[in-house]
Amino acid sequence: MIKFPKISRADRPIEFSVVAFLVVTLLVTVIPLWYVLMISFTPLGSSPKLLALPWEWSFRAYQELLAQPALVRAGLNSIILTVGGVLISLTMTVLTAYPLSRKDLPFRGFFTGMILFTFLFSAGLIPNYLVIRDLGLLNTYWAILLNGAVSVYNLFVMKSFFQNLPESLEEAAKIDGATDLQVLWHIVLPLSRPILMTIGLFYAVTNWNAFFEPILFLSDRNMMPLPVALRDILLGLNNAEYVESTANQVASSDALKMAAVVITTIPMLAIYPWIQRYFTQGVLLGGVKE
Amino acid sequence: MNANVVIRRGAKPKTQPVLARVWRARMLFLMLLPGLLYFVLFRYLPLLNAQIAFKDFQPTLGVWGSPWIGFQHFLSFFNSFYFSQLMTNTLIISVLKLVIGIPPAIILAIAIHESSFKRLGRLVQTATYLPHFLSWVIVFGVLLAMLSPSEGLINKGIVSTGADPIGFLTDPNYFRWVAIFSDIWKETGWSAILYLAALIGISPDLYEAAQMDGATRWQRIRFISLPGLLDVIILVTLLRLGHILDAGFGQIFILYSLPVYSVADIIDTWVYRQGIQNFEFGMATAVGLFKGLIGLLLIVTANRIARRFGDRGLY
Repeated sequence: MIKFPKISRADRPIEFSVVAFLVVTLLVTVIPLWYVLMISFTPLGSSPKLLALPWEWSFRAYQELLAQPALVRAGLNSIILTVGGVLISLTMTVLTAYPLSRKDLPFRGFFTGMILFTFLFSAGLIPNYLVIRDLGLLNTYWAILLNGAVSVYNLFVMKSFFQNLPESLEEAAKIDGATDLQVLWHIVLPLSRPILMTIGLFYAVTNWNAFFEPILFLSDRNMMPLPVALRDILLGLNNAEYVESTANQVASSDALKMAAVVITTIPMLAIYPWIQRYFTQGVLLGGVKE
Repeated sequence: MNANVVIRRGAKPKTQPVLARVWRARMLFLMLLPGLLYFVLFRYLPLLNAQIAFKDFQPTLGVWGSPWIGFQHFLSFFNSFYFSQLMTNTLIISVLKLVIGIPPAIILAIAIHESSFKRLGRLVQTATYLPHFLSWVIVFGVLLAMLSPSEGLINKGIVSTGADPIGFLTDPNYFRWVAIFSDIWKETGWSAILYLAALIGISPDLYEAAQMDGATRWQRIRFISLPGLLDVIILVTLLRLGHILDAGFGQIFILYSLPVYSVADIIDTWVYRQGIQNFEFGMATAVGLFKGLIGLLLIVTANRIARRFGDRGLY
């Protein structure tokens, strides 16, 4: 199955080192994640093993966690934040990047510079917090969704993608009387699927992982997303909300903690193949190579 | 009317009056509006609030009504015990992440590029990118699984040799190493992408020519791959130096705890506690502003140097 390439005698040490390095890297990356999974499957009263056999696995920790309304609510909150965040961020990023990619936009340099400046200098945490507070957004999801609506980096990646599209198509459409919005919708966006997927996935990851912003802007515990719930479970804070009292406990607290890690990770794993396909191989490499 | 403008001015677009150009681009401006509003509200309005760095901020008087006190916050911060502790922690964590983290990423990229077993290379790529997309809270869970004194895999190994378990996350002797190596675990695969892209960009002719001349594998790495990576290595290092005061807020914020504040507390975590938890808004803003200004200076300098090395800057 594995084809062994021909390797000259002089190259054998280096070939061996390369393979050894790759295998060690693989193990160092995978073993911690694997062990998390194994702990989460450990039945109450036994000690976690690195190589537990499938018939020794217990799913009680998952059953118990998923039966807790607080954790399910946190999961739903995360889904709301992620879906809302992707819709708002992607729309805003496209609408801002497209005009900035057009050479005929007056004051284009000024607008680009104004946005670039915010990438290089920020007033810091507290002044930003005060703006959110004064706009009356504290303890609403809008605080998180709007504050992080546009990533300057993503914006510039999208802008340069638009700039690299052939201009002739847009010009032809404009001669036919299409408005700028029609050009964007009917010509530019259909050609931009890879970049839309990439940036959309990137925003999805950011929003799913949002941890600090909810702590900073939200005070209602019922509104907290999954990463905050996970933190509480890992640190044993507000345990009563997520875990049955010890009297009728059915899974060890370590198994519960690691099951919560796995539950939070699964959505990332689910979209990871797409991230791989669009982000890491397509656009980023292409963009760097130019 | 629009059509008139187009016909009359169409021949010489450069001399078009500004207003006509603006009118023609009105729909583009309309698209730009939400984005501009975003940057004004959430990125420029805070700059006005930053004035409280120079004020004795009182919530009842608000940002504009509070009395000016000049550089008092800055001076008391520079003279406080915290200044040297925060700068030391921030710089040590940041510099060690940079110095220890870059070589593994370069070696990983070269190994993936050189591997004769393409499938193994792809598998390693897939596995090592993954942690980049996991949040620090999840990685905190992974670290507990590995390092917790009672059940952590590494501590079990330590105990089996007869030694006492180590509280890696709560012992000031170990915390910084945990921060540095967990960052390397999480980000090495991702950082390798840039180097890998540079390697793929090297012309295969060079490798073939070297092979014809009898160069060994190692010589090809040493005299073709490494020189080909030099530009990217310099660029990445400069960019990271520009952000040297960003020691990783998201990471430290979830990993640290009271016993390790002395070695773990960085500028950003202190600003958060001082401002949001202790309500010292003026002081916290002053320190945040100080960090922002140094950061701006560093990144602009880094970009100047980068432009000198190659024609392409960082931004």
